[in-house]
Amino acid sequence: MTEHNLSKVPTVPGAQTSHLKLSRSQLTQSESSQSESLPSQTSQSRSTEREPLQSGALPSPSSRAQSLQSQSSQSRPPSQPPPTPPRPGHRPGLAMALSIAFAGLGQLYNRSYIKGAVLIVLELAFIVTFADFIGLGLWGIATLGTIPRLDHSIFLLVYGLLSLMMLAVAAVIYVINVKDARRQAERIAAGWRRPGLRETVKQSYLASVPYLLSVPGFVLLLFVVVFPLLFAVSLAFTNYDLYHSPPRNLVDWVGFDNFVRLVTVPIWNQSFVKVLSWTLVWTVVSTSLQIALGLFLAVLVNDKRIRFKRLIRTILILPWAIPNFVTILIFSALFNDQFGAINRALLGGLNLPSIPWLTDPLYTKVALIGIQVWLGFPFLFALFTGVLQSISHDAYEAADVDGGSRWQKFRYITLPHVLFATAPLLIIQYTANFNNFNIIYLFNGGGPAVRGQTAGGTDILISWVYNLTFTTNNYNMAATISLIIGVIVIAFAWLQFRRTRSFREEREQG
Amino acid sequence: MSPRAKSRLEVALIYLIVAAAAVVIFYPLAWAVGLSFNTGTSLYSSSMIPRQPTLEHYRWLFTSPESNYVTWYRNTLYVSTLSSALSIVFTSMTAYALSRFQFVGRRSGMYAFLLLQMFPVMMAMVAIYIFLNLIGLLNTLIGLILIYVGGQIPFNAWLVKGYLDTISRELDDAAKIDGAGPIRLFLRILLPLITPILAIVALTNFMLPIFDFILPSIILHDQSKYTLAVGLYHFVTERYSNNFTVFTAGAILIAVPIAVIYLFLQKYFISGLAAGGTKG
Repeated sequence: MTEHNLSKVPTVPGAQTSHLKLSRSQLTQSESSQSESLPSQTSQSRSTEREPLQSGALPSPSSRAQSLQSQSSQSRPPSQPPPTPPRPGHRPGLAMALSIAFAGLGQLYNRSYIKGAVLIVLELAFIVTFADFIGLGLWGIATLGTIPRLDHSIFLLVYGLLSLMMLAVAAVIYVINVKDARRQAERIAAGWRRPGLRETVKQSYLASVPYLLSVPGFVLLLFVVVFPLLFAVSLAFTNYDLYHSPPRNLVDWVGFDNFVRLVTVPIWNQSFVKVLSWTLVWTVVSTSLQIALGLFLAVLVNDKRIRFKRLIRTILILPWAIPNFVTILIFSALFNDQFGAINRALLGGLNLPSIPWLTDPLYTKVALIGIQVWLGFPFLFALFTGVLQSISHDAYEAADVDGGSRWQKFRYITLPHVLFATAPLLIIQYTANFNNFNIIYLFNGGGPAVRGQTAGGTDILISWVYNLTFTTNNYNMAATISLIIGVIVIAFAWLQFRRTRSFREEREQG
Repeated sequence: MSPRAKSRLEVALIYLIVAAAAVVIFYPLAWAVGLSFNTGTSLYSSSMIPRQPTLEHYRWLFTSPESNYVTWYRNTLYVSTLSSALSIVFTSMTAYALSRFQFVGRRSGMYAFLLLQMFPVMMAMVAIYIFLNLIGLLNTLIGLILIYVGGQIPFNAWLVKGYLDTISRELDDAAKIDGAGPIRLFLRILLPLITPILAIVALTNFMLPIFDFILPSIILHDQSKYTLAVGLYHFVTERYSNNFTVFTAGAILIAVPIAVIYLFLQKYFISGLAAGGTKG
């Protein structure tokens, strides 16, 4: 089933290669024709370009593409009139000041009438539409309301965050507007002549394509990911809980009180330490086990003496293919203390005493890890199988000649290769298990309950946060803990990602 | 021991291990299937091999006026289809911009993407709840779709961008010289080349609403709005062991089609993930 070579995938599919060749020849042709016409235009525009073209040394493909792109966007019809003399009377500083005063004025001064008008209309529209909302929002986020029952603190907080986000977006657009006015004025002062209307429209269209493309996704991201994140972070600094819940009561900013409580108040710090340590044990043990089992089985089944590979692989991948909420609920019934099949049929059949799988924290933990390995190893098995097939036989043959043992071949050829190819995905496995809410919640609801603490015996941080939020309405503590989770996960992932090769490449490119 | 005998022993051992794994994999599944054919609804009185096999639970799901199963199935397919289609549009557009253009905020935007994809969604549930309430989309399937589509952008845009980066830029330059604008270049030339990775994005986003149960259980309140995961969960927890046989019947009807799709598509899934993930 996975007789599929991984190394083939990232390249352009074979059917396209002829097209590629064709276009390559076209490219060299047109490149040469373009370079002939280059000198005439570079003399006028080079001084005003932000990044001067270096047609001599082109270090990396991306900068090459970039320079090609800027070449094509500034190429003009050959019938263009000669450059006009510089106009020292045109003052970039004034243009900048004007556009700071009101977006678009600087553009008017530069005689970009359409652009200026559009910016002025945009700013007016923004002020007219959002001024009230932003005013209310800023007041709201500062005070969180002053009159109980009338002011709803949480809605005010939401308005405030939305206002701040709108202001941030507006500020970015404003800065771009000011920079644009200044650059344009500098160019005019240096003797730049405005191309025709059509050319201007075309150029600004080309320049705005990346923004147009990413704006829809960005806006959605802003509302669905960034805004909730800001909200959760701000809740960590309030006293929003059952006793301070609007509209009956107001919520207040309390600074770092929640963090201090988490560390000093016994009921919180005992729960926190216990939950955090179990979360870490859970993440490391269950993920490492599923990776080890996946790799072990992949190597075994990859042995060339084994037959029915397709069938075996299909069977081993099966747990991955079934929706995991279904399997977890089935396991939860299987492990049921009284009527689960494990106690009744398996242990009962062997005349062994029943094990309290769902009522003793230790056994619940063992069961959870077992189930997670069952659920998680097939994906890794499939992944490793794909990678194993892409390792070239040469290395193994060379090792055979040198008399390398099987363990040495695994240790020095297979393992480095596999880990190198899959490192980012393995990191994601760890972070995913750190936040694996489904299994904890569906199997036993984080239970069994433990006296003297606010978390169940098998709660991990994320399921604890869920209970604090939706069962006991301790929103502030839930947000505080969430913030800590977020910081831990991001710090871990960041450190690991920085070490992977692909990430370094991106840094060098960008 | 002769080398040949040793080799045979090894092969036998491997088969034994695989067989053991197969038993562990099949046991819970077979147990659930067996249960769904049992008469009666009690977990206690039912057994893996039913004494009198019956289809009554399957019939109940589709015919009983108390059962919302068909509605849940329809809701789930609706959410899955729309969120998968919209995800492709948003993700491919964002990934194209990130991969092919230099623009203000590109690098910081990408780092932000990387980090945002790490944040647990749970952290934001309350905010999402209030936000949807504010814009009147609480307890609607559209609201749910919106959250799914927005939430998947960071990871998938990263994945698709990684894949796009592997496609030679000479292709772009050639198309530009032939007079294709950026939009045409994208739609006509790049889009067909990235269909493998987009298929993965589509598949994961089609599957997510079927698997996920936290988000819909927070956003949706009416029985008639539930997706399958929430519906079945409530079904089995509210009247626990008394409903378990019916639950297994309902669960099998979800699990079988999905398992078939997965088993057919998994090699594309894995290879695309490896390609996008390791390059990205």
